[in-house]
Amino acid sequence: MQFMLLFSRQGKLRLQKWYVPLSDKEKKKITRELVQTVLARKPKMCSFLEWRDLKIVYKRYASLYFCCAIEDQDNELITLEIIHRYVELLDKYFGSVCELDIIFNFEKAYFILDEFLLGGEAQETSKKNVLKAIEQADLSYFSFSRGWI
Amino acid sequence: MPAPIRLRELIRTIRTARTQAEEREMIQKECAAIRSSFREEDNTYRCRNVAKLLYMHMLGYPAHFGQLECLKLIASQKFTDKRIGYLGAMLLLDERQDVHLLMTNCIKNDLNHSTQYVQGLALCTLGCMGSSEMCRDLAGEVEKLLKTSNSYLRKKAALCAVHVIRKVPELMEMFLPATKNLLSEKNHGVLHTSVVLLTEMCERSPDMLAHFRKLVPQLVRILKNLIMSGYSPEHDVSGISDPFLQVRILRLLRILGKGDDDSSEAMNDILAQVATNTETSKNVGNAILYETVLTIMDIKSESGLRVLAINILGRFLLNNDKNIRYVALTSLLKTVQTDHNAVQRHRSTIVDCLKDLDVSIKRRAMELSFALVNGNNIRGMMKELLYFLDSCDPEFKADCASGVFLAAEKYAPSKRWHIDTIMRVLTTAGSYVRDDSVPNLIQLITNSVEMHAYTVQRLYKALLDDISQQPLVQVASWCIGEYGDLLVSGQCEEEEPIQVTEDEVLDVLEGLLVSNLSTPVTRGYALTAIMKLSTRFTSVNRIKKVVSIYGSSIDVELQQRAVEYNALFKKYDHMRPALLERMPIMEKTASNGPTEIVQTNGEAEPSVVEAKHPPPVTQPTNQANDLLDLLGGNDVVPVIQTTVPTKPASAGGELLDLLGDLSLSGIPPMTAYNKNGLKIDFTFERANPNPNIAVITIHASNSTEADMTDFVFQAAVPKTFQLQLLSPSSNVVPTLNQGTVTQVIRVLNPQKQQLRMRIKLTYTHKGSAVQDLAEVNNFPPQSWQ
Repeated sequence: MQFMLLFSRQGKLRLQKWYVPLSDKEKKKITRELVQTVLARKPKMCSFLEWRDLKIVYKRYASLYFCCAIEDQDNELITLEIIHRYVELLDKYFGSVCELDIIFNFEKAYFILDEFLLGGEAQETSKKNVLKAIEQADLSYFSFSRGWI
Repeated sequence: MPAPIRLRELIRTIRTARTQAEEREMIQKECAAIRSSFREEDNTYRCRNVAKLLYMHMLGYPAHFGQLECLKLIASQKFTDKRIGYLGAMLLLDERQDVHLLMTNCIKNDLNHSTQYVQGLALCTLGCMGSSEMCRDLAGEVEKLLKTSNSYLRKKAALCAVHVIRKVPELMEMFLPATKNLLSEKNHGVLHTSVVLLTEMCERSPDMLAHFRKLVPQLVRILKNLIMSGYSPEHDVSGISDPFLQVRILRLLRILGKGDDDSSEAMNDILAQVATNTETSKNVGNAILYETVLTIMDIKSESGLRVLAINILGRFLLNNDKNIRYVALTSLLKTVQTDHNAVQRHRSTIVDCLKDLDVSIKRRAMELSFALVNGNNIRGMMKELLYFLDSCDPEFKADCASGVFLAAEKYAPSKRWHIDTIMRVLTTAGSYVRDDSVPNLIQLITNSVEMHAYTVQRLYKALLDDISQQPLVQVASWCIGEYGDLLVSGQCEEEEPIQVTEDEVLDVLEGLLVSNLSTPVTRGYALTAIMKLSTRFTSVNRIKKVVSIYGSSIDVELQQRAVEYNALFKKYDHMRPALLERMPIMEKTASNGPTEIVQTNGEAEPSVVEAKHPPPVTQPTNQANDLLDLLGGNDVVPVIQTTVPTKPASAGGELLDLLGDLSLSGIPPMTAYNKNGLKIDFTFERANPNPNIAVITIHASNSTEADMTDFVFQAAVPKTFQLQLLSPSSNVVPTLNQGTVTQVIRVLNPQKQQLRMRIKLTYTHKGSAVQDLAEVNNFPPQSWQ
């Protein structure tokens, strides 16, 4: 996977994870164009599209679009499963997740993603293990120090 | 100083902003507060401030002043700090800035931290954004962690290693020993990431690939266990056990089995098993089937298995889920070349997909349809594709039109069908047809000799309906110019000939010239067509008038043409029939039409009026072949390119005439040919400023008692030369040396090779046609050195 973007129906970015080195300017440009392209898609169209030289896989969950850019050899259908797994993880962690959860706790959304994917590939295929790791990590900061962000 | 506001507080506040300006104001205020807080080196709230900065960065505001703060957070002992610090590093830092290198030491320490979650943070950051320098420095640490028994760390180290290898491929070797027993792990996370690591190594190095082939049995066993094992709640997705791992194993098997008989055989059974037993009701099952099909097609599988794979794709095509149809079409496109017959069986389903609402599916279905067209199904397929062309979105029309032309060219069952198909495309998608199609089509039409009358009639009728589609108009005007006589004489055999007069035809062409819809290129075509009709129609006066009117057109291209054609009428009327006669069949070339056509004495774009030499008595179609015959072998290339001079004084020829036989440049003249009373002398001159060009003037004189009329001189030179023949002073060589015909030849000789020339002479003498070929080898050295 080269990058993953989460954005709302109004085109507001809620999360951006880049697995390839690009300048801030390039990232902004790609984000802007891709968001526009995906938002223009009609509901009955398929979840895949070709964009520049990448394959884009996207799926809408309630008010949020989950959008991944994968490479030529990657399997589009399993990417849909990856997206779905991430949503499930968020759902389990926040308890019936909604967009507001991700807005107000964006750093946690990143932490969860970073326990699930690393360098663009899945590091853990068990839902239980990912959630356990997050839980433990959350707890461990209590043993280190006390601090609230 | 009060504590900086909390992150959630800030988010809440910013979201209350009603306008962009209000938001910007809030952000600026907060950024200022954060900046001063950073300046004070406040350790307590650094974490909170950076987190807020990251939120503002996501909204699109600049946050680079927080980069160093992220590094300070990473160096902190608090886990919360580290967590936000690493997150900030991944979001704000990029490897182009040297600042990121400051992270290296911190990461190194954290990789050896006592808490695995800190180690995890370090591995994650390194594996996500590590630059090549960082990777080089820290590869050893990663390799160490790859050998740990802690599966939480081992799986992360594996993916981190993948990143290291991508950044610094030379380091791949050092990870080899650690891969030894990766696949014996029970932990699925480690298994999954190990397979990814092995895949990366095999893709990058053929040696590694060969080395890891021995793992095929183990991989097959793991896959088998996944399929056969009962319900495992931890890894289950809709009844399938760890689909992510299954897919990655299948992908690795693909790479290992490709081109290798033994490996392919070892995996044959498991592939068949997966292909037949996987549950297809949900996306996850289909994802596995998809990967299986890709693997079957890529390795050396037996034909039964391949057919099974294609049938799976066929079933996918019928699936309600659009995504499944999409991947089916993509995969079929990949296999259509190798398994053509198997894919043909699903042709009707594929053609149905042309009607799908989804753009990507339509495009793939179109590409696949074109790939499936063959001699047997051309009629049926073309009907569907033409219907598609009618109704599809503009973005498809150009490609579809080109595809139709190509397919028609390859498999047309009859010339009439071919012309009809072309007509259909031009009339329905005429404005989307590519520019290079026009010359190709013209070439096609000239080559279908017996269809000329039918073609020009159909094109004429199409023009009457609609003159807005430029490619159609261009082809039509060209054809009317060429075959207008057939149109007027009503010679059509294929269908009912229409009654049309010369004036009506000229009306149409003149209409094109004045219409706002016509582009300058189209006008050029129209004017030339009108001109050509001057030798085919009787109403020459009308044509003369039109031509002279456009002599003052503001369009430079049109003006030039009109002036040249005018000159033809006035001064070179004797050459007009020859110049404007029927085009010969053009040499068929595989690719671009225009460039080749120039070589063979015919040009689709009449921007340069060729001086075509009248053929010896026989039909025009062999003109090009004649000239090539002139040269005999392959090493000589004919160049017959002349320009009609617009000024009465053709500088080269007449000047040299005045000076008679004086050799201007110290190069002695020579006699090139002397036979049957016809003598041809060459005089030389060096062209300035280019010393590689020799300017030769021929002087033809006739010592017999009768004129030599219709005199034509042609020349050909070897491939390394280029030749330009200017127009002759006249085509009558008067009797008894009463005058000479002169003509200028310019020869470009960049390689300074010995000049050789073959010449062909044709003329009428005492009522009979004479033709002769000769080789000229006696060029003085100074003319080419």
